[in-house]
Amino acid sequence: MTTTTDTHSGAPRRPPLAGSKSVADKWFRRGLAFAGTSVLLILGTMLLFTVIDAWPVFRHEGLGFITSSTWDPGVSRTEVTGQYGALAFIIGTLVTAGIALVIAVPLSVGTALYLTQVAQRRVRNPLTYAIELLAAVPSVVYGLWGLLFFVPTVLRPTMNLVADTLGGFIPFLAPPVITYNYFSAGVVLAIMIIPIITAVTREVMAKTPPSEIAAAYALGATRWEMMRSVVLPRARPGMIGATMLGLGRALGETIAVAMLIGGSKQIGDSIFKGGQSMAGIIAVTFQEAAPENVKALIGVGVVLFVITIIVNMVARGIVLLTGGHVTGDAAV
Amino acid sequence: MPISGNRGDDAHPGEPLWVPWGEFTPSSRWVLIRVTSLSYVAGAKGPDAVGVSPAKRIRERRKPTSMKTTKRSFVVLLLVLALLAAACGSDSEDTTTTQGGASDDMTTTEASMALSAHLLGAGASFPAPIYLEWIGEYTSNVQPDVSINYQSIGSGGGVEQFIGQQTDFGASDAFLSDEDLAAAADARGCAAIHIPTVFGAVALGYNLDGVDSLTLDGPTLVDIFFGNVDTWNDAAITALNPGMDLPDEPIIVAHRLDGSGTTSIFTTYLSDVSDEWANGPGAGKEIDWPAPNSVGGDKNDGVAAQIQQNPGAIGYIELSYAIETGIPVADMINADGNAVTPTLESTAAAADGITIPDDLRFNILGVGGEGYPIAGATWLLLWQCGYDENVSAVLKDWITWDLTQGDSLAEELLYSPLPASLEAKALAKVDLINSEG
Repeated sequence: MTTTTDTHSGAPRRPPLAGSKSVADKWFRRGLAFAGTSVLLILGTMLLFTVIDAWPVFRHEGLGFITSSTWDPGVSRTEVTGQYGALAFIIGTLVTAGIALVIAVPLSVGTALYLTQVAQRRVRNPLTYAIELLAAVPSVVYGLWGLLFFVPTVLRPTMNLVADTLGGFIPFLAPPVITYNYFSAGVVLAIMIIPIITAVTREVMAKTPPSEIAAAYALGATRWEMMRSVVLPRARPGMIGATMLGLGRALGETIAVAMLIGGSKQIGDSIFKGGQSMAGIIAVTFQEAAPENVKALIGVGVVLFVITIIVNMVARGIVLLTGGHVTGDAAV
Repeated sequence: MPISGNRGDDAHPGEPLWVPWGEFTPSSRWVLIRVTSLSYVAGAKGPDAVGVSPAKRIRERRKPTSMKTTKRSFVVLLLVLALLAAACGSDSEDTTTTQGGASDDMTTTEASMALSAHLLGAGASFPAPIYLEWIGEYTSNVQPDVSINYQSIGSGGGVEQFIGQQTDFGASDAFLSDEDLAAAADARGCAAIHIPTVFGAVALGYNLDGVDSLTLDGPTLVDIFFGNVDTWNDAAITALNPGMDLPDEPIIVAHRLDGSGTTSIFTTYLSDVSDEWANGPGAGKEIDWPAPNSVGGDKNDGVAAQIQQNPGAIGYIELSYAIETGIPVADMINADGNAVTPTLESTAAAADGITIPDDLRFNILGVGGEGYPIAGATWLLLWQCGYDENVSAVLKDWITWDLTQGDSLAEELLYSPLPASLEAKALAKVDLINSEG
């Protein structure tokens, strides 16, 4: 107890955690350390065991697992007899997530700008609430809504129009249009990630110092010039962080994509053809899969995991290169 | 008193930490905190714990009144449960007494034997509705002391759990391969038995404006699914449908994306028709579809949606599903050259004429007469040894009842029951259950 007395007779009234000999403090510290590292532990064991599970298929296919697009599962329980090339699913995941980002990012940034800089309070609050509500809708509901209503009645005519007018000279927009395809999955994905990107971007933009905004106006800037020179540059790291959050969701989204992507195991030569995503093939075929097929599906999971890591690293790289740093706001 | 405040700022310097709360030792404070937090947790587990947004749940948790209502609703819940239990009890008594009266009249069932056991089975989802119907009827009206739990986890999982001996019986849309049979025999020390229960047909649904009848044959079907025939007015199709105005539309091929017995039946048929198909895509529960304009759907409803939403689409679905949804289906020309509409009768006819091997592992191929050519069976998987006496007695009794008394239920649910010749063979297999002890 003497040390405690010493610390107390000194200046600080709250002794630092590290200096304390109290049993509770020690266990509290250990508890927190365990909580902090358990994430790494879980991640590590997950990766380790999935790789071990999938190893026979990786060894059988080699690099072909990610460069071939022939997915012809076998039914053996002990050996690997089928052909497992997951390229079509990798492309499906990347293409749908890409389409989703291309649509969602401009819309979200526009929405966030409107909410923070333009909208009046009585518009802003209900709108913000509505956007957050979008985030709470379960993805299977988005999938069902897309499957039964949105894609056949709204998107299908649009896609027909685009394919008939632009398809002639832009190869990846060429007809024929199949109702459920990369594009329809991407559009619904975009609707799913808009709330995430908007919410984070809005938070970041709301933190723009009023003095800088006032300064921009004082220098004679129009509202758009003020946004461009003050709000957007300040919010950029946060916007990139938000985009990465959205991308993460888009890459991992399973059921809505599986319902809308068209379910073909081939690589579609236009965005209006059907395909399949990595998460989708796992979810849809897992139930009836023979043991060797299960190993291959676990392998797809490993690839998805690795791709997500790469995407995250690339994102951090972009943030570093463009001179910003991901602030606390961006990490929301 | 702030029970969670730890180092009170008013603690005298130099005094031990807990002194201001003299009588509270650390442990009693812990108890206090834990009791409070527990009651909050209990408050969250009210009737609103499921299906409510997290935000609302948090709000509820903060409301002190929610604890009270939770307690009250818990009491109500208990009361309801008690009432239900009482009702069920009297219910089953009723059925037993009426059953006792009825079974006196029934000479076919072994009226004297009251069986009792709990069975667990798992597997194919295609026959799950009829299995559940049979189980419900059997356990409530025939042997009330028997309970059978069937989990429709899919054929693949069903076979896995059967070989792993986690279940009393398995169910699969595809018979066990030789490799699986060997693995099964190794695992249990005796052979596995296949008992077919019902048939299903695979129908070809299509989506063509203004076309409500269509006839196809095997080779044309193979060409369509290869992508060689890729427009509806192709000569191969018009030749089979003389006088019909087929549109110049691209054909979109819809297939099952998930591994499925339906796919297995369909591709086995295609492989039988065409060597090129057999050596290429082949047969199986999940294959690599070659047609360039192909789309996949999850389960029957997924494929049905693909057919309905894509003009010019053709896809294969279970007959029962086609009947329920009203999707137009194609007539198929069978081995005798007859164009046959898929129906329950033509499915049963298909199963009647074929030769069946002794182990009852068969595909329905080369169908002629009035039979519809794309059909297949689904099987229950059982063991020749290792069951408890009462379990094997129940298994035998239940499956015998299914096969002999369950036909009308099967037809109601749009399955084809076994034809008489096959039923006799299946019943002979039932006798083999646990025959090696």
